[in-house]
Amino acid sequence: MSKRKSKESISTNGECISQVQKLLRERLCHHYATGKLFGTEHQYRHLLELLKRTTVHGESNSALIIGPRGSGKTALLNHVLKDLMEIKQVRENLLEVRLNGLLQTNDKVALKEITRQLRLENVVGDKVFGSFAENLAFLLEALRTGNRTSSCPVLFILDEFDLFVHHKNQTLLYNLFDISQSAQTPVTVIGLTCRQDILELLEKRVKSRFSHRQIYVINSFDFKQYVRIFKEQLSLPAEFPDETFAQKWNNNVQHLSVDKTVQDVLQNLFHYTKDLRSLHLLLMLAVSNVTVHHPLITASDLQEASKQYRMDSKANIVHGLSVLEICLIIAMKHLNDVYEGEPFNFQMVYNEFQKFIQRKAHCMYNFEKPVVMKAFEHLLQLELVKPIERPSVRTQREYLLMKLLLDNNQIMDALQVYPNCPTDVKQWATSSLSWL
Amino acid sequence: MNTQQQNKIIYSWYGKPTNSDRKLRTLQYKGIIIKSERSRTEKCIQLGNFVLIEGENADQPFVAQLLDFYEDGAQQKHAVVQWFSHITEIPQNKRKLLKREVSPQEVFFDQVSGYDNDIAVETIIESVLVIPLHPKEELPITLNKEKIFYVKQSWDGKCFKALSTDTFSKLKDANKKGDGIPNSLNSFVPLDIISSMKKETKKVVRSVMKTKNVEVEIESKHSASKSSLSKERYSQRVANGTKTPTARKKLQLNSPTKFPKSKLLDCDVLELLDDDCDTIVMLEPSAAKRKVKFTGILGSPPKIPCADDDSNSVGDAAEHRQRFSDTIRLSPYSNVQKSNEKAKNLNIKDDTMCLTGLQELGSLSPVVTPRSRRACAQKTSARIAQQISLLNMIDSSQEEDFLSSSDGLYSSSSEEEDNNVLCTPEKKTKAGRIFSTPKSSRKPSVHTPAKTLKKTPLPGTPKTPRNATPEIPRRSHAAQKPASMLEEARLRLHVSAIPKSLPCREEEFQDIYNFVESKLIDGTGGCMYISGVPGTGKTATVHEVIRCLQQAAENDDVPAFEFIEINGMKLTDPHQAYVQILELLTGQKVTATHAATLLAKLFCTPGPKRKTTVLIVDELDLLWTRKQNVMYNLFDWPTQKHSKLIILAIANTMDLPERIMMNRVASRLGLTRMSFQPYTYKQLQQIISSRLNSVKAFEEDAIQLVSRKVAALSGDARRCLDICRRATEICEFASQKSAPEIVRMAHVTEAIDEMFSSPYINAIRNASLHEQIFLKAILAEFRRAGVEEATVQQVYHQHISLCRMEGMQSPTVSEIMAICSRLGACRLLLVESSNKYLHMRVRLNISQDDVMYALKDE
Repeated sequence: MSKRKSKESISTNGECISQVQKLLRERLCHHYATGKLFGTEHQYRHLLELLKRTTVHGESNSALIIGPRGSGKTALLNHVLKDLMEIKQVRENLLEVRLNGLLQTNDKVALKEITRQLRLENVVGDKVFGSFAENLAFLLEALRTGNRTSSCPVLFILDEFDLFVHHKNQTLLYNLFDISQSAQTPVTVIGLTCRQDILELLEKRVKSRFSHRQIYVINSFDFKQYVRIFKEQLSLPAEFPDETFAQKWNNNVQHLSVDKTVQDVLQNLFHYTKDLRSLHLLLMLAVSNVTVHHPLITASDLQEASKQYRMDSKANIVHGLSVLEICLIIAMKHLNDVYEGEPFNFQMVYNEFQKFIQRKAHCMYNFEKPVVMKAFEHLLQLELVKPIERPSVRTQREYLLMKLLLDNNQIMDALQVYPNCPTDVKQWATSSLSWL
Repeated sequence: MNTQQQNKIIYSWYGKPTNSDRKLRTLQYKGIIIKSERSRTEKCIQLGNFVLIEGENADQPFVAQLLDFYEDGAQQKHAVVQWFSHITEIPQNKRKLLKREVSPQEVFFDQVSGYDNDIAVETIIESVLVIPLHPKEELPITLNKEKIFYVKQSWDGKCFKALSTDTFSKLKDANKKGDGIPNSLNSFVPLDIISSMKKETKKVVRSVMKTKNVEVEIESKHSASKSSLSKERYSQRVANGTKTPTARKKLQLNSPTKFPKSKLLDCDVLELLDDDCDTIVMLEPSAAKRKVKFTGILGSPPKIPCADDDSNSVGDAAEHRQRFSDTIRLSPYSNVQKSNEKAKNLNIKDDTMCLTGLQELGSLSPVVTPRSRRACAQKTSARIAQQISLLNMIDSSQEEDFLSSSDGLYSSSSEEEDNNVLCTPEKKTKAGRIFSTPKSSRKPSVHTPAKTLKKTPLPGTPKTPRNATPEIPRRSHAAQKPASMLEEARLRLHVSAIPKSLPCREEEFQDIYNFVESKLIDGTGGCMYISGVPGTGKTATVHEVIRCLQQAAENDDVPAFEFIEINGMKLTDPHQAYVQILELLTGQKVTATHAATLLAKLFCTPGPKRKTTVLIVDELDLLWTRKQNVMYNLFDWPTQKHSKLIILAIANTMDLPERIMMNRVASRLGLTRMSFQPYTYKQLQQIISSRLNSVKAFEEDAIQLVSRKVAALSGDARRCLDICRRATEICEFASQKSAPEIVRMAHVTEAIDEMFSSPYINAIRNASLHEQIFLKAILAEFRRAGVEEATVQQVYHQHISLCRMEGMQSPTVSEIMAICSRLGACRLLLVESSNKYLHMRVRLNISQDDVMYALKDE
C-alpha cells in the first residue's frame, strides 16, 4: 500500500522535476530571456528614450554601451528592444541590423551583411556581391537617398564594438557615424563593448562624429541584493502547474538563502566575481543534481558545485601524473627555488633527480635517462613546462631552456592529495636539503 | 605633307600651306584629309565645313564650323572652330526660354564666351551639314538625320536670339561651298557621295516607291557605317596606343561606347520605322517566299501567322523591336495589311507618323539625363516605351526603370548586338527586304532568346527594377513633429540640421568664395588646401560656398560649373578616387586604371568646350599611397592649361603637405592654404544661439558653460551640440512630472560629466573584492620591485599574503588568472597573451594614484 503511494508520488514528482529542470535550465542558460534586470534602471530608461526618439521622431543617434563582461549589456539592449517592439508604431518602423565584431572581421564582410540584413540584395540582383568599393558606394547611396521624415529608421547594433575599431581606416565606423550626423536616412548606432578605453581607440575624425553618449553598465549591487538575485533566479513562478510542489520548492529556496553554508558559498563567489553568469553556472551545476529521489536543492549541493567550480585546472593535471613525473616537477621546483625562477633545461632537472635517487635509492627505481626524457616530454605536452624559445634544429633537446608553469603552492597542494605518494618524495618536496 | 598616325587614322593637310605666320611659327591650311586605314576611306574637310567634334562622352559629339586650320611650331595640328550648341548642352533652366519644342536636329549658333575654340584636329570625327533657317521656317523632313543639323537661333549663354543676317548668309555660303567640294576622294565608297548628293533630293517627300527604296538603302548603309566608324574611333582613342585587339575589346566592354545618343538614335528609330513600313508594303507579294525562308532558319521563332507577321517577326528580333511593333499595332498602321494598292497612300501616312514620332522624341530627349549610361539601343527602346505610353496611357516610368537596369558588362555586350539589330536591317534591306528576323538567328542564339525573355515585361506584371537607385524602405508611420519646446530645440541642435547661415566662419567663407569665383571667371584651374581639426566646419563651409556659387551661376553672375565631391573615408582604396570622379563626371563605370587614363585625357588634352569642374576632396590624407600617384595626379591636373579644374582639398593636419607628401606633390598643391582654427567659446556660444534662434530652451549661462567647456577641450562644434542635445534630454527627464522648464546649469553639468568623466574610477569601485585585492597586490608588487611591471606569479604571492592579512580564503591560480583576464578585458590592466600562464606580465593602464584613490574610499 505504502509502496504504491510512494510510486504514485514519484511519478507526479517526476513530472514536476522535469518541468523544474526545463524551466530553470532555460532561465540559467539564456540569460537574456529571464526578463529581469538588476540595478540598471537608469541605463534602461536612457536607452529606451534614445531608441524611441529614433523611431518616432527619426532622430539619428549613436551610443556606446560599456561594461565589463557579464555585466548585462546585451541583456539590457535586448530588454529595451523587447519593450520597444510592443509599441506598434515602433515595431513597424524599425529596421534592425546586427553585426558582431567576431563574425564580421572586416568591412567587406560587414557591408555584405548589412546589405543582406537590410534586404537590399534583391534590388541589385546579381550585382550585390560585387567589389568592395561598389558595395560601399551602393550602401552609402542607399542611405543617402533617405531623409529624416520619410525613411524608415535603421538601428545598427555592433556587438564587440572594439573589434570594428581595428578595421582598416575605420571606414565602416566613419560612415555609420557620419550618416548619424547628417541629414540622411535616420540611423542609430549602438556599440557594445567591454573596453573602458574604447574612445581612445577611435580615430579623431571618427571620434568627432561619435555623439559621446556612453552608457555604463556596471554590476553595482551589494551582497544583500546578490542573495536576492540568487533567490529570484531559483524560485519557481506562481504559474507553475503543481502549486504544492512550487510552494515546497520556494520555501526550500528561502531556507537556503539564509543558510550559513550557502551564504558562505555565495559570499565566496561574490567576492570572486560579481558577474551574474558565474552565479548561473553555479546554480546550473546544483540544479542538475535534482532528481526524483533528491527533489530539492540542498546546501551541500551548492557546496559541491562551488568546489567543482573553483577547481584549479593545472593542479588537477598534477593528480594524474606518475611518481617519476612528480619527482621531475619537484626537481624543477627546487631549481626554481635555488635559481630564483631562472629557466632550466632537462639536463639540470635530470641531475637534480639523480642527486635525489643516489641518496634515497631504496624507494625509487633508478630510471634510464631516455625514460626520464620521455616523462619530461610528457610534462611538456601537458604544458606544465614550457620552452622559453622555440625548439630549433641546432639546440639539443636536453639543453632547451624551460620554465615551470606551476607555482610552489600548487605543487604542494597537489602533493597533499596525491594518492600513494612515497614518503621520501614528500619529504624531498618540502625540503631540497633533506638528503644531507 | 605631314602625317601623323594615330590608330590607323591619319590626319594630313589638304594642299599646301596657304599662309604662314613667322612670329607664331604657324602654318595655315585650308583643309584636312582624314584617312582611315582600315576602311580605306579618305575624307576631305575644308575650311567653312561643319564637323562633329568628340565630346567628353562619345555619344555626345559637338557640332562646330571650322574657321581655321593651322600647325604650330611643335607640329601639332590645330583647328579654330565656331561652336554650335545642341539643346542638351544648354542648361535645363534656360531651355524654358525657348518656349517651343526643339528637334534633336536643331542646333544653336553658340556665342557663349569662355569656351575654348582652339581644338586639336584629332578630335574631329567627320563632316556634317548645318543649314540655316529662318525662325518661322519649319524643319524640312529629311532622312539623313544624323548628318544634317539646322540652325535657327543663336545662344549667348543668357538668351536666344534670331540669327543676324550676316551670320545667316555666312552660314549659307559655307554650306554652298561645302557642297561644291567632293566630300569623299575615295572611289571605294561611292555611296557616300551619293548620299551627300541626295541630301537635297531627300528633302522632297518621297512619292515613288522605287526611289525611296534606293534611298533607304543608301542611307542605311551610310548610317551603319557611320555609327560603327565613330564607335571604333572612340574606342581607339580610349585605347590610346594599345593596339592589341584584346585590349580594345576589353575597353569596349568597360566603357560602353554608345554613339550619338540623342540625335542619332532618334534617327535610327525613324529609319527603322520607315523600314518597317517598307517591309510592310513589300510583304504581301513576297509572303510565300518569306515563309520558306523562315522555316529554313534554325532557331528562328516558330511560324507566325501571316496576318501580323510583320510586327511579330520584327518583334522577335529583340525586345525594342517588339516595342516597335507595338507602336505599329497601336498606331494607324494596324490597317497596314490591307492591300497593295494602298501602299502609296500608306507611305505618306508613314512619313507623317514618323514626323510626329520625331517631335515627341525630341521633346523627350532633354529629360534623359546624361548620367544614365545605357547602351544606345536600350535608350532607344526606353524612349519608344515612353512613346507607347504616350499613345497608350501606360505608366511608362516603371518600364524605363527596368530598362535602364542591366549592369554595365551586360549592357555593353548587349549593346553591340542591339546595335547590330539597329544597323543591319538597313544593310540587308535590299536583299529582297526580307526583314529582320534572320538577323536575330544570325547572332548566337543562346544569347538572344534569353535576353528577349528577360527584357520583355509581361503585361500587367510589375517588374522589380534591377538597378534602380537603392533605397531604404519608407516608414509606415509618419515621423512625429516635435511637440514641446525642448524637442524643437533638440531638433535644431542636431548636427545634421543645416542652419540657414554659418556663423563665425564668414572670413573663411569669403576667402574660399573669392578663390573659387576668381578661378571660375578666369576659366583656369587651381588648388586650395583647407585644414583644421575635426568639427571646425571645414566641409560645411565649403558646401556653403558651393551652394552660393551655384545660386550665383543660376543668376548668371559666374559661369556655370560642375560640382563633384569625393571623400577619402568613403573610398575603399585610394585608387577608387578616379573611378568615383569619372562616374560623377560622365556616369561611366570603369576600373581604376582605366578611369585614370580617361580622366587624364579629359583634363590634359585641349578639350573642346567644357564647363569648369569644382572638385572637393575630403579627408585628403587617406588618398595617400606609397607612390602618391593619386595625389600627384589630382594636383597635377589643375596645373594643365586646359583642365579647368578647381580642387578644394580638405584634411585635418595643417602640415600635411610637408609631412606626408613628396616634394613634387606638395609643390603642385601650391601655397593656397587655409586653416580653420578651433572655435573659441564665444563662437561656440554664437553657434548654439543662432541654431536655437528664437526657441528659448536654454539659460544663457548654461550655453556659456557648454561653450567654455568644449572650447577648452577641443573646440569641436559637434561636441558642443551633442552636449546641448543631451542636456535637453536630461532636463526633459528631470521635469517629467512637473511643468516643462528650460535647460539649466545643473542639466548641462550632468551632461558634461556623463560625456567626459573617466570611467576607470567607477569601474574599479564596482569591481568585486578579489579584483580590488588583485589591484592592491599589483600596487604592492610594484612598490616592492620598483618596476611598473610584474608577472602574475609575483602578484599572486602578494595577493595570497593580502588575503591572509584580511583573513579571507585565498583564491586558486585558475581564479587569479580569470580575474587578471577580466581586468585585462576592461583595459584596467594591460596583459600579455595568456599562453604564458603564470609568467604573463601585467601592467596598469591607469596611474597608480588613480587606483589608490579609487580603492581608498571603500
